[in-house]
Amino acid sequence: MTMTIERLEEIKRAFLLRQQVYQKTIRVCCGTGCISSGALKVLERLRDALKNEGLSERVRVVETGCHGFCERGPIVVFGENEIFYQIVGKRNLDADVKALIETVKSNTLAQNLLYTDPNDKTKKFVATSEIPFYYEQQKIVLKMNGYIDPESIEDYIANGGYTALYKALKMNPEEIIDWVDKSGLRGRGGGGFRTGRKWRSCREAQGSPKYIVANGDEGDPGAFMDRSLMEGNPHSIIEGMIIGGYAIGSNVGYIYVRDEYPLAVKRLTKAIEDARGLGLLGKGIFGTDFDFDIHIFRGGGAFVCGESTALMSSLEGRIGEPRAKYIHTVERGLWDKPTNLNNVETWACVPLIINNGWEWFASIGTKNSTGTKIFSLVGKVNNTGLVEVPMGITLRKIIYDIGGGIQKGKKFKAVQTGGPSGGCIPAEYLDTPVDFDTLTQLGSMMGSGGMIVMDERNCMVDVARYFLNFLVEESCGKCVPCREGVRRMYEIVDRICNGEGEEGDIEHLEELGRAIKLGSLCGLGQSAPNPVLSTIKYFREEYEEHIKQKKCRAGVCKPLIKISINEKCTGCMVCARNCPVGCISGEKQKLHVIDQSRCIKCQICYDVCRFDAVTIE
Amino acid sequence: MELDIEKLDGIINKYGGNKSYLLGMFQDIQREYRYLPKEAVKYVCSKLNVPKAKGYELATFYKSISLVPRGKHTIHVCMGTACHLRGSPGVLEAFERELKVSKGGTTEDGLFTLETVNCLGACALAPLVRIDEKDFGKVNQTIVKNIIDDYKKSEK
Amino acid sequence: MVTFKIDNKVVEAREGEYLLDVARRNGFYIPTLCHHDSLGSDGRCRLCVVEVKTKGGRKRIVTSCLYPVSKDVEEVNTSTDDVNLVRKTVLELLLARTPESELIQHLARKYGIVEPRYKKDTDKGKCILCNLCVRTCESIVGVSAIGITGKGPQKKISPPFGEASDACIGCGACVAVCPTGHIFMEDRDGIRLMWRKRFELAKCPKCGRYHAPVEQLQFISKKTNVPMEQLLICTDCR
Repeated sequence: MTMTIERLEEIKRAFLLRQQVYQKTIRVCCGTGCISSGALKVLERLRDALKNEGLSERVRVVETGCHGFCERGPIVVFGENEIFYQIVGKRNLDADVKALIETVKSNTLAQNLLYTDPNDKTKKFVATSEIPFYYEQQKIVLKMNGYIDPESIEDYIANGGYTALYKALKMNPEEIIDWVDKSGLRGRGGGGFRTGRKWRSCREAQGSPKYIVANGDEGDPGAFMDRSLMEGNPHSIIEGMIIGGYAIGSNVGYIYVRDEYPLAVKRLTKAIEDARGLGLLGKGIFGTDFDFDIHIFRGGGAFVCGESTALMSSLEGRIGEPRAKYIHTVERGLWDKPTNLNNVETWACVPLIINNGWEWFASIGTKNSTGTKIFSLVGKVNNTGLVEVPMGITLRKIIYDIGGGIQKGKKFKAVQTGGPSGGCIPAEYLDTPVDFDTLTQLGSMMGSGGMIVMDERNCMVDVARYFLNFLVEESCGKCVPCREGVRRMYEIVDRICNGEGEEGDIEHLEELGRAIKLGSLCGLGQSAPNPVLSTIKYFREEYEEHIKQKKCRAGVCKPLIKISINEKCTGCMVCARNCPVGCISGEKQKLHVIDQSRCIKCQICYDVCRFDAVTIE
Repeated sequence: MELDIEKLDGIINKYGGNKSYLLGMFQDIQREYRYLPKEAVKYVCSKLNVPKAKGYELATFYKSISLVPRGKHTIHVCMGTACHLRGSPGVLEAFERELKVSKGGTTEDGLFTLETVNCLGACALAPLVRIDEKDFGKVNQTIVKNIIDDYKKSEK
Repeated sequence: MVTFKIDNKVVEAREGEYLLDVARRNGFYIPTLCHHDSLGSDGRCRLCVVEVKTKGGRKRIVTSCLYPVSKDVEEVNTSTDDVNLVRKTVLELLLARTPESELIQHLARKYGIVEPRYKKDTDKGKCILCNLCVRTCESIVGVSAIGITGKGPQKKISPPFGEASDACIGCGACVAVCPTGHIFMEDRDGIRLMWRKRFELAKCPKCGRYHAPVEQLQFISKKTNVPMEQLLICTDCR
């Protein structure tokens, strides 16, 4: 069928009309995070309860994508964000579902489900917009996430979906590229390259056919922005890609999705099918002579396939080894043809730019980093989840105002940005405005948006070791500096963590790191030394302590720590019961003792002790 | 081992016999047999006219593919950064202790295969463990035993 | 045609030519390991790095084997501190990986390395994973009997499943192209053993010498339509 603007408006009207039948709308977050917390059970019981009360016809229940506040899931929102309930069904499913029904019937607020200020237990928030986690954000890309049903193309259309496409198809392709360029949009996948410029190069490149690729291979551990976008609003990516295809002169697009995101694959697949069904993908879109179709390609669990040339290699049916980029992929990419690859978040920005104008996008953020960025704020922060903020906001605001500060009242130590390609930023830079360039200047990078908060109980040398281990596993092995060099860096850092560090190790790491940065074939190798080099830069004393004093101040590196029980011990025996090797002895109500010769430093005793009686030094 | 040739052909046809989707075919076959059998690799490669050496390259490069039979349940302990900071190495060790296997191994009774995975994208619920299609959030060393016991109980 | 300087000497090149070829043609020394004149390069060893300065003042370390000359190239330096750091590091790393390789020992010594600062591997033989064998088998011989399998430090050249490959014809092209002599091939008593496969060697009807594997001759016969009887005669006697 051929889509027309009239048909689009009709679908919107019909959808909104159908909703008028409902007196109330309840949105249940069904993102991966909330599902792990039990959202599907809540959904099922809620639906049953509504049926029993005879309310099914009058209450609309929407399964939405990620609301972002994953720490507090399962999340249930009433109406237009009028009432925000969190941790629904976690402690008592039956009672909570009953409370939801009461709210439906009489607007009674379930006090125990409202979000409470972590610093003032008497302060409760009702509406979503009152909650600091939310009101400090500026949601433009994630605006519809958590609101629409990601499996309903009609819901997307009713909220303005595909109007940007209609508008774009009436524009000149050159004009579209001009808008994207002037908007200042920079690649959200980590490269930060100016999107408009990339599109222009691809459009001007020789060769046909041309390809559009959406990189959904979000591999940075600790990052799940792309997952939420693909699961929560797949059409935003699709619409962006079609517009891009039209602007660049391509008729085929691929979305490369991580194998570890089965729900994203499912939602994107349905979205594509639905779009095809309505003539928004396929031949003669909106009655023009522009054809475009999209195919999904599932990854195979290789982090390196997030690198654009490795991704294309994988798409071609080969192993994911990158290649030299002296000739850019916009000139020679997939099957040696001009290919424009962008991250899914970048694609999702495109319909917004078309609908709201490039000036609007450029007015948000900073001069050289316009728009917003979605960050996954995780680690030792109180409010872990997804946040979308304008570029230029400070780290402090993100971590403290939105993130609610450090968990358990501990002290902030560092924030890691940019994933395994990035670095750790210490407390003295908390007031840095976040944008592509400032983070790079600090020795880290924006990357895809992972923001991992660490406290005093995280060892920076162990963090460096963690990233090196990750990169050793994920290195494709093609080039010598990365394949051989990164594992040797790991060996040195591992020795340091095990108390076998030697004088000269730090200088060796710096030299080896420099060689790997300069000599590696692709971005993975070139940025592999970053975690080590940035932790040496800002936490050199910690490295020196490990090497010279064989001490781990954070109490993490097992061979360097001793776990013992102090005088606060009440003899409750909880630790002894939980010790996996049974090395804690002691009678009831008498001081317990750890047998050091058998202790495996698992720290379970520290975790379960309620009296702060376990000392790690 | 006996291969269901019809099923394999079905999978090949699902992707239109397109060599670029060899990885997808391998993944679908793995879903059927709980691993990717050597004979299946050989069969698909000869059908698609892909050198077996290249098929083997693919099967050994991508971590999601297993050339050895996996247990009935595959346990994936997420080793992403957020999970690491919140104690996933301890969780992995706890699984290794309880199941008496090391990472990558399968228990003697064939019930569990223990693997690690680099970030499942549910970082707010760190440490995360995925068993087959089910996710367990905020796992700590002490509840590992309960999780395993629950699975063992449902076996009976 | 474009002109630029290499180590302060003016050179000429066609646009799109690889820097390595231009440099060698003009007598400059650039070490390589994974490059072969018949196969070009896929940029694995990183030994051929040079520093390129482009118009606009940007300086970059690139692998000369894959860097295409353009009008933007102003100056190339084959021996700066950074270039030598990368080469030295690559050789030290390779020496730790393949301590028995005479070629790597020789090259490393050229850059002042006698003993690597790392624990030496004992399970990699002399294989530096240059991938020339795989590419030769794929592109020149055309049978693709071996592949570069696995990932990261566990990467390994192997026939499918580590077993005798039915595609392998025992031609030994991989052995000929291997820079370190890592690949095992043994001819004994009319049998050639390589890549876990035993090949019957053809016996020349004229001189009685065992020369090429029968399978190899069959392959050539099929490709060229030259009858087997002719191919069975060894190249000396033909």
